[in-house]
Amino acid sequence: MATLEINDLHVSVETEGGPAEILRGVNLTVKQGETHAIMGPNGSGKSTLAYSLAGHPKYTVTGGTVTLDGEDVLEMAVDERARAGVFLAMQYPVEVPGVSVSNFLRTAATAVRGEAPKLRTWVKEVKEAMARLEMDPAFAERNVNEGFSGGEKKRHEILQLELLRPKIAILDETDSGLDIDALRTVSEGVNRVRGSGEVGTLLITHYTRILRYINPDHVHVFARGRIVESGGPELAEKLEAEGYEQYVKGGAAE
Amino acid sequence: MAKAQTPSPAGAAGGGAVAVAAESTVATRMSAPPSFDVADFPVPHGREEEWRFTPLERLRGLHSGTAKADGSVKADLSAPDEVIIETVGREDARLGRAGTPVDRVAAQAYSSFEKALVVTVPSERVLDEPIRLTVHGEGGVTFGHTVFELKPFAEAVLILDHTGDTVRAANVEYVLGDGAKLTVVSVQDWDDTAVHVSQHNALVGRDASLKSIVVTFGGDLVRIHPRVSYAGPGGEAELYGLYFTDNGQHHEHRLFIDHDSPNCRSNVAYKGALQGQDAHAVWIGDVLIRARATGTDTYELNRNLVLTDGARVDSVPNLEIETGEIAGAGHASATGRFEDEQLFYLMTRGIPAEEARRLVVRGFFAELVQQIGVPDVEERLIAKLEAELEASIA
Repeated sequence: MATLEINDLHVSVETEGGPAEILRGVNLTVKQGETHAIMGPNGSGKSTLAYSLAGHPKYTVTGGTVTLDGEDVLEMAVDERARAGVFLAMQYPVEVPGVSVSNFLRTAATAVRGEAPKLRTWVKEVKEAMARLEMDPAFAERNVNEGFSGGEKKRHEILQLELLRPKIAILDETDSGLDIDALRTVSEGVNRVRGSGEVGTLLITHYTRILRYINPDHVHVFARGRIVESGGPELAEKLEAEGYEQYVKGGAAE
Repeated sequence: MAKAQTPSPAGAAGGGAVAVAAESTVATRMSAPPSFDVADFPVPHGREEEWRFTPLERLRGLHSGTAKADGSVKADLSAPDEVIIETVGREDARLGRAGTPVDRVAAQAYSSFEKALVVTVPSERVLDEPIRLTVHGEGGVTFGHTVFELKPFAEAVLILDHTGDTVRAANVEYVLGDGAKLTVVSVQDWDDTAVHVSQHNALVGRDASLKSIVVTFGGDLVRIHPRVSYAGPGGEAELYGLYFTDNGQHHEHRLFIDHDSPNCRSNVAYKGALQGQDAHAVWIGDVLIRARATGTDTYELNRNLVLTDGARVDSVPNLEIETGEIAGAGHASATGRFEDEQLFYLMTRGIPAEEARRLVVRGFFAELVQQIGVPDVEERLIAKLEAELEASIA
């Protein structure tokens, strides 16, 4: 069973005033089949956690370990992490002009699966996955994220999640900027993947709204660069009622 | 992206210019009027509009009269039997019909060649095989002049291939009779030491159509000047270009479409990728719609993809409109970087860095490569692109 273990992770970022520590000792274990919601106020470092796990070069790991089934994730290049089974659905997916969605998806699937998917079954697989996410088939011929609406970008991220079938899915504010219909469609996509029982999900969000559609097993409150409280779904209800105020006292966002 | 629409082209922007003028300024922006005689042009000093982007010292004397014809090229021409191939003297009346040299190096070329090559496709002949002319530089300075003429309603595909090493000034003419159709692919695949300056003049007959694809990879300095004018109404010109500009290379493409007849169309799309220190690409797109060219429809586009730091692009579209009675006119120019964020995004999907770069560059050029329509040239181009990319990663 795939397990992602984050141990005392410290991450800093280069600023004009020198390196600034953003993550200050994160501890978290995500097992295949589990869903963990990470909730926290803006600036608490939850997106930094997502990008650090994916290996964004802007972030420097200054301490701690991250392992996937015992393998050192921090030693891996960005693409190696993806092939090892770590997937990051981005809050702001990047436009890649000149590369069509269909070409991109096939190249990614080939890289992650280790061989090119058979063309005929692949076309069907993509078509069906797109239909489930209520995406127009013409979408496949557009350039990656170019001119996509906010909702289209997020559907496209979840489409990749469905096709690439990672062991660990990190969803970075996938709910932000979505209207209620898009949120439902996207959540259903995430739930289909979770339903397989083969993915561990790290759901990063600012709002409790998405948790009405995706029920987490564990909820963690993130503040000042670390997890400050963990609990079950009831913790989300408490946050909904009380907000983050009690966690940010004494200056959180920096 | 500026898309100027008649009758109110004002408001177009994007680094280019749209002028509504009673008199052409394209001509006056040149430092001397067109002429076949090199003596009519002063030696450029580099601040002239037409030379300001070009490193004159790397022209190896082509601009100053100091380059003497001391080199040679090996030319191979293959063509279907019905094509007429002649080598003619300077006095031949068929030379110089498609256009006049507009700068000193083009005039130097015209003043310096000894024999010209004239290739003629007779009326109504539709060639089933391309005409292929390979020019292989064998060192030294060379001059040349070539005329390709398609008589009325003839159709042909022409592939001009440039390899090897030479310092060369040579002009090419395309004369299209009424209703003729010519596709020409000019590949500049020179060694990295070569210098090549060439004015391509096309004269498009009534209802004739020209499709030109200029592909520039090689050379130390390549400066191509494709120019189109129309001999009658109803003509069409599609001008496509691809360039891949490496470390230290200077690739300059200067286009001019002279809409001087009514109801003609033109469409320009040039795309370039740049990588490495001091790679420099220049694209100038001048379109002039003269007062009598009513019903003109024109669009020009230039896109550049900068793959690494240290590369430089100058892209200058320029549209001049002397009549409001046109179907459409517009231009667009954009230079983008292959960003670290794009690379990161593709890599988070398991795609290795080299593959990601290939994906982006191949995608960028794909629509233009498809325009060529000659499978062996397309394949060679894709292979060449891959090789250039390999070199950049190594």
